[in-house]
Amino acid sequence: MVDLPVEPIHSDIPASQFPEMATITLNGDLTPYNGPWGFDQAAHLLRRTTFGVRKGDVDQLVALGSADAAVDFILDVPVDAPAPPINNYNNPDFTDPDVPSGQTWVNALPDFTGQAEGFRIESWRGWWLQHMVESEPHIREKMTLFWHNHFATQTSEVFIGRLAYQNNALLRSMALGNFKALVRAVTLDPMMLVYLNGYLNHKDAPDENYSRELQELFTVGKDTLDHYTEDDVVAAARVLTGWRINPSTADVFLDFTAHDTSNKQFSSFYNNTVITGSINGDAELDALLDMIFNTNEVAAYICRKIYRYFIYYKIDQTVEDDIIQPLAQVFRDNNYDIKPVLETLFKSEHFFDAMNTGCYIKNPIDLMAGVLRNFNQNIETSTLLDSFLMPLYLNYTANSMQMLPGDPPNVAGWSAYRQLPVYYRIWVTADTIRNRNIFSDTMTLYYYETPNDRLNVDSVAMAEQFDSPDDPNMLLDDILRLLLPQEISLAKKTLLKSILLSGQTNDFYWTLAWNNYVNNPGDQMAYETVRFRLALLHKYIMNLPEYQLA
Amino acid sequence: MKRRNFLKYAGITAGAAAFPLNGYSLDTMPRLPFLKALAEGGNPNGRVLVLIELTGGNDGLNTFIPLDQYNALSNARANLLIPENQTLSLNGTVNNALHPSMTHLRNMYNDNLVSVVQNVGYPDQDYSHFRSMDIWMTGADSDQYLDTGWLGRFLELEYPGFPTGYPNADMPDPLAVEIGSLVSQSLMGSVLPMGFAINDPDAFYQFVNDLVEPAPNTPYGDELEYIRLITQQAQVYYNAIKNAADLGYNLSNMYPAQGENRLADQLKIVAQLISGGMKTPIYIVKIGGFDTHSEQIANPNDPTVGNHANLLHLVSEAIGAFQDDMILQGLDDRVAGMTYSEFGRTIASNASLGTDHGAAAPLFVFGTNVIPGIIGDNPNIPNQVFGSEDLPMQHDFRSVYASALQDWFGITNPEQVLNGTFPILPIFNAPSSGTHAQSGKQLESLAVYPNPFRETSTVRFTLPEAGRVNLVLIDMNGRILRTVLDNVYFPAGEHLAPIERQDLPPGQYFFQIRTEGASATKPLVAI
Repeated sequence: MVDLPVEPIHSDIPASQFPEMATITLNGDLTPYNGPWGFDQAAHLLRRTTFGVRKGDVDQLVALGSADAAVDFILDVPVDAPAPPINNYNNPDFTDPDVPSGQTWVNALPDFTGQAEGFRIESWRGWWLQHMVESEPHIREKMTLFWHNHFATQTSEVFIGRLAYQNNALLRSMALGNFKALVRAVTLDPMMLVYLNGYLNHKDAPDENYSRELQELFTVGKDTLDHYTEDDVVAAARVLTGWRINPSTADVFLDFTAHDTSNKQFSSFYNNTVITGSINGDAELDALLDMIFNTNEVAAYICRKIYRYFIYYKIDQTVEDDIIQPLAQVFRDNNYDIKPVLETLFKSEHFFDAMNTGCYIKNPIDLMAGVLRNFNQNIETSTLLDSFLMPLYLNYTANSMQMLPGDPPNVAGWSAYRQLPVYYRIWVTADTIRNRNIFSDTMTLYYYETPNDRLNVDSVAMAEQFDSPDDPNMLLDDILRLLLPQEISLAKKTLLKSILLSGQTNDFYWTLAWNNYVNNPGDQMAYETVRFRLALLHKYIMNLPEYQLA
Repeated sequence: MKRRNFLKYAGITAGAAAFPLNGYSLDTMPRLPFLKALAEGGNPNGRVLVLIELTGGNDGLNTFIPLDQYNALSNARANLLIPENQTLSLNGTVNNALHPSMTHLRNMYNDNLVSVVQNVGYPDQDYSHFRSMDIWMTGADSDQYLDTGWLGRFLELEYPGFPTGYPNADMPDPLAVEIGSLVSQSLMGSVLPMGFAINDPDAFYQFVNDLVEPAPNTPYGDELEYIRLITQQAQVYYNAIKNAADLGYNLSNMYPAQGENRLADQLKIVAQLISGGMKTPIYIVKIGGFDTHSEQIANPNDPTVGNHANLLHLVSEAIGAFQDDMILQGLDDRVAGMTYSEFGRTIASNASLGTDHGAAAPLFVFGTNVIPGIIGDNPNIPNQVFGSEDLPMQHDFRSVYASALQDWFGITNPEQVLNGTFPILPIFNAPSSGTHAQSGKQLESLAVYPNPFRETSTVRFTLPEAGRVNLVLIDMNGRILRTVLDNVYFPAGEHLAPIERQDLPPGQYFFQIRTEGASATKPLVAI
């Protein structure tokens, strides 16, 4: 175990008074992890690579026998695309003129009145949220959201459901593929072309919008002082002139009359590369990407983003030297394939060191999907319209916590993954912490309601999945191990147990109540006695600041 | 159709009424017609500054239009320039006009309630939204990274030790309130945000009574302590805000209906909280959408309509209603507002009916106690504009901050907050002064010769009446290098003030001259 490097900051304020901004960095390097393998390690892996821990998933990973096997399982993502979203939104006030109820709308022509598009977009957004809530214990959905945050687009700006879906399907299908190929695909993705005006980029008036973000946000970044110049932004914009979208097929093509065929000169950062102009826009794009990916900074920049998304936001010199640069080398050695990078990171001592767990502030989707997943709760509905409305309400809630999938605040994605020095802490404000609490309160004590369905979590089923729900001490330990990332104090456990015991001191009262429920199936009173206490217990645990951490 | 409109249209929001979409839901606000606490304690001088962020980079040239540059502008941005005869003219100037959708702001200008600061920016423009916004928020140089915000540092100076001992009898309220869910970087203090984000002042919540325990000295413990702290603060301040919202009200009938103007909805909440007696000195509201790379206007045949026109209308209407509310409630003497945006836009338009990331732009300051008029010169538009050429800075943004800190909030050491000394602009009436000077007054026959200069350059200025004059030399970072005239008294008439080269390295500088009620900043080159 190495000493914790502590940076002296804010020296004028007594350290004892207030938590300083991440003065402590994490232990360990990329050496393969060979430590213990059990519930806590498997749960940590699931907390970071999926949208929340389910007991069954933990048991499955533990049974695999080792961290290596478990990480392989997590990274072994399904190859098939999920079935596309359908018209589940026809309702008494609105009928999609082009798409029958129950059929997919993703190939329909855009509705330029915008009416159907609003419904299609919410149908897609709900479909996506449902995948995040219900996905199997693989990393695919978590990576899809990572790429959405990285190649951020705003559905509310573009407002064409088909393009939002296509973009999302692209990010999912290439989520663990080759990063350079992904950048190329995103460059010519219609959603991105519309969002950053690439489809208007004309040789007579080069539009710098995509060119700038391609370099500043998507590949090279601005983490180091040595980076591309303003002239490089203009030159790359000229390389990218002329790409257009066929409005009826959503296919992308090069209008060579709009393409700048002159040579493009780049700065010394790019070794003074000249990209020869021609009407072959594909070749010019390839040359542009070759040039960008020849810089060392691309791999390091992406590895920092991966690190901040999965591990912790604080990257000091030790992390930079021991984790980021070696990972970047892995990335380059594998020609920018993403999977080997994730594999190296997740199988490392750094990832599994017990000191390093629990420091990740959940984003709103982690929080919401996590509440449902902790309780093995899918979004079950009984009619098409209910299947539209229930995820819609959940998305409203995510929005109230400042993370609406499909609508990050701007092209840089959510501030929590880029805003120095606060990073994740930006998720937690008086307003959002309240909304987070209200959500878990509603799921434990109340419900979301659509015309035919209700959504909440089953507190009794939570208890029943453990070995000894009749023993309040063992039950509490089991629940806490599932719901919280680290052990809590005995004093706090005693307080929590008093909720189960209704303030009594003898454990036997709970055992009696539980056995009474088990032995009297159908006895509503016996059921309510345990359900109410468990629901209050779960509410209280999820109101603890500890529950916001993963 | 954008999402908000869709939801209105869809008519399916009833079931989700408890989860407003970025909702500034105030429909149920009680209107208690009694007891308005005009609190002055706690807050250093009872003054309030409302910051209005125009996110995305506002196109200053189509907002505050330099009519004397109109010919050059019609070469550079023919497809979206506002027709000259449709601009809104302003009392007292023939060289400037407002975008036609800003009638409320025009009326306020003509009522002497508006100061326009021209060509505000920072040197070495970065052109990245994120970096530029960081610079504006933290008050950094363009090559410097600061992790505290300029308002955060100001509030730490005024309320030392926060949050230890806060809230207290003198300052029972949040130090800053931001309408929304996230706290801006400008409010970051050295250990935690100095501000409080709310969407709805009635959104009270009772958090669980957590055991107070030490957190472990690990990253986990660090983050845990942070969440605990925010939760504890939230509980206390929810009570204070709820109380103010119950006591406060709005009197203006100029506010549009809820949901029609997203900025007015926010300013209405601010007005209500000020009215309810909150001692909070800083409020922040935001309106996005100014990144008009494309479709800035709807149609080249009528550049007066479209996205930018709609945005400017929202801004102007919201400010007009808010100021009216403050006047009707008798609160206007101690409330001022200010717009800002991370940068302006290119002089030339692009083929997408838009403009790209630029540099300097004008900003608006408003209120009964601002010194009305125009500070600075119209930008010089070349007849031939190269691709992404943009406007040079005349006023460092930190000069505006320094003016707010010194003249509005009355602190004596703005340089401590801003990490440097920046020229004070005649924007605000200082707390003690009751006069309404006119900053629009031009300094007559102001000239500097020679320029560029080697050893000595001489500034010539004319005073219409006797008074004190301040003359400073400023570097490219906006910092004051030297004070040439330190409030020296001059009789009326023409005067000369030499500036000695001394050890100045060759380069671009500015000098700023300030008389009573007038000021000007001009470039000066040393070779």
